[in-house]
Amino acid sequence: MSETLTPTAETEKHGHTRRMTLNMGPQHPSTHGVLRVLLELEGETVLKCVPDIGFLHTGIEKQCEALNWHQVITLTDRVDYLANLSNNLAYSLAVEKLLELEIPAKAQWMRVLLAELTRINSHLVWLGTHALDIGAMTVFFLCFREREDILRLFEMFAGQRLMTSYIRVGGLALDPPRGWEKRVQTFINTLPSRIDEYESLLNTNPIWLKRTKGVGLLPVEEMLEIGMTGPCIRAAGIPMDARKMMPYSSYEKFDFTVPTSTDNDVYARYAVRVAEMRESAKIVKQAMAGMPEGPVQAAAPKVVLPEREKMKTQMESLIYHFKIVTEGISVPAGEVFQVVESPRGELGYYVVSDGTSKPLRVHMRTPSFGNLQALPNLIEDRMIADSIAIMGSLDFVLGDCDR
Amino acid sequence: MLPENLRENAVAASLEAADPGLIVDANTLHNELTLEVVPEKILAALRILKGQKFERLSTVTAVDRYPMEPRFEVVYHLQSVSRNLFVRLKCRVNGEKPEIDSATAVYASANWYERETWDLFGIVFLNHPNLTRIMMPDFWEGHPLRRDYPVHGHKYSYQNE
Repeated sequence: MSETLTPTAETEKHGHTRRMTLNMGPQHPSTHGVLRVLLELEGETVLKCVPDIGFLHTGIEKQCEALNWHQVITLTDRVDYLANLSNNLAYSLAVEKLLELEIPAKAQWMRVLLAELTRINSHLVWLGTHALDIGAMTVFFLCFREREDILRLFEMFAGQRLMTSYIRVGGLALDPPRGWEKRVQTFINTLPSRIDEYESLLNTNPIWLKRTKGVGLLPVEEMLEIGMTGPCIRAAGIPMDARKMMPYSSYEKFDFTVPTSTDNDVYARYAVRVAEMRESAKIVKQAMAGMPEGPVQAAAPKVVLPEREKMKTQMESLIYHFKIVTEGISVPAGEVFQVVESPRGELGYYVVSDGTSKPLRVHMRTPSFGNLQALPNLIEDRMIADSIAIMGSLDFVLGDCDR
Repeated sequence: MLPENLRENAVAASLEAADPGLIVDANTLHNELTLEVVPEKILAALRILKGQKFERLSTVTAVDRYPMEPRFEVVYHLQSVSRNLFVRLKCRVNGEKPEIDSATAVYASANWYERETWDLFGIVFLNHPNLTRIMMPDFWEGHPLRRDYPVHGHKYSYQNE
């Protein structure tokens, strides 16, 4: 961050055009985290915008190199704290690809179910906070009511609300708890009517429409070029979705559509995300209906921790447990780039192994980083009030961006 | 040189046809196409691929193979949305004077990714518009993702404050 804004000679010459440099953030409610944006204003128009990131940089990629393959799972939760299961999934799939592991059908379907619940969770938080930024407060309370239900479901599965670490290399951490079907069913059956409720508050709200329609336009070629992905690019008319394009974890067996729009404004991004929540609910229902029977962990004793009971009676299980816990698993040398569709867009894990029990390199290609890079293109030469709506529409999580 | 088994691959073969000395090595392990190209010709390779509908550069990063020399691998992941393809380009850069041309001339999205790679690995991207630290503070010394940079016990400690 050495690109700073200083009054130029031109501004001083024309004393009557008063330019102002505004420092927005790092502590600002609409930056959704710790993002600093330097804005050069002339009146209410943003002339120049310089985002300054890195305030949440915690060296996760460096820490990954110091932990063994299984321990890294806990760090992937902390990358994007609104889409922790998507991150668990991307990392696990990458390592499984290196190990050439076959994952049982039930584990794959549970992963799809959980990834879609994560998408709904993340979109709910986004919708609530985005509406709050623009001034519609009620939506926030309603969204967080449903989000709480999802977090309770995650707690039931993983014992944790946020840092789940439920999807592991080789399958899932535990069998799903007893009675989970009923609770997920109840939630997913009520969700569509709840989404109707949010839409009834926003779709005809004149303030919401004025603040979002026709705001935040950018040519679609420029969006692709600058690295935008996810709902933002789908709202610009490109049906780019890793679930359809490069199906992982049995997504090809599910029937769903990828919502798109061609309006390319803040409203279109809202509409696409709301439609995605409905699609996710459909996928969850399909996963519930067609859930296969069987184990949730691969039959790979050198990778997956043995059952507790077997350890007490079988010598091999005890040995494998000891080896996995003390040394960790060893992964064949190689490199993979595993892309999954996180709620925010393309989430890619580039994992390199040198054949030892620790990764040589774990690089996360996170959607927030790519989307945030487009911020200057989106808000320069536009009104400062619109910049809040535009920033909200990008749906970035700074933990995801800074890692 | 392009290995025999990859001569059928459309992307690899077209790069080889455009410039026979471009590709050093290639493989399709785990069904992912990896092309190692001559570092001096990275911009040419990116331009050819962009002409073949690889619309977006997904990410730029590096791998440090310390103490091997050349120690750094600069890694580019390109995606073609219309052809639904991914390709990985790789360039080996030595540790004494790690530098390579900036991809910003071809793909705008390389900007932040190259800043990050410079910040964390110390690889210089020539002709980059604004090659400054992005993750670490401006005053930081060293490049944390290098393998010879310690995970713990760096000279800076919060306990000294």
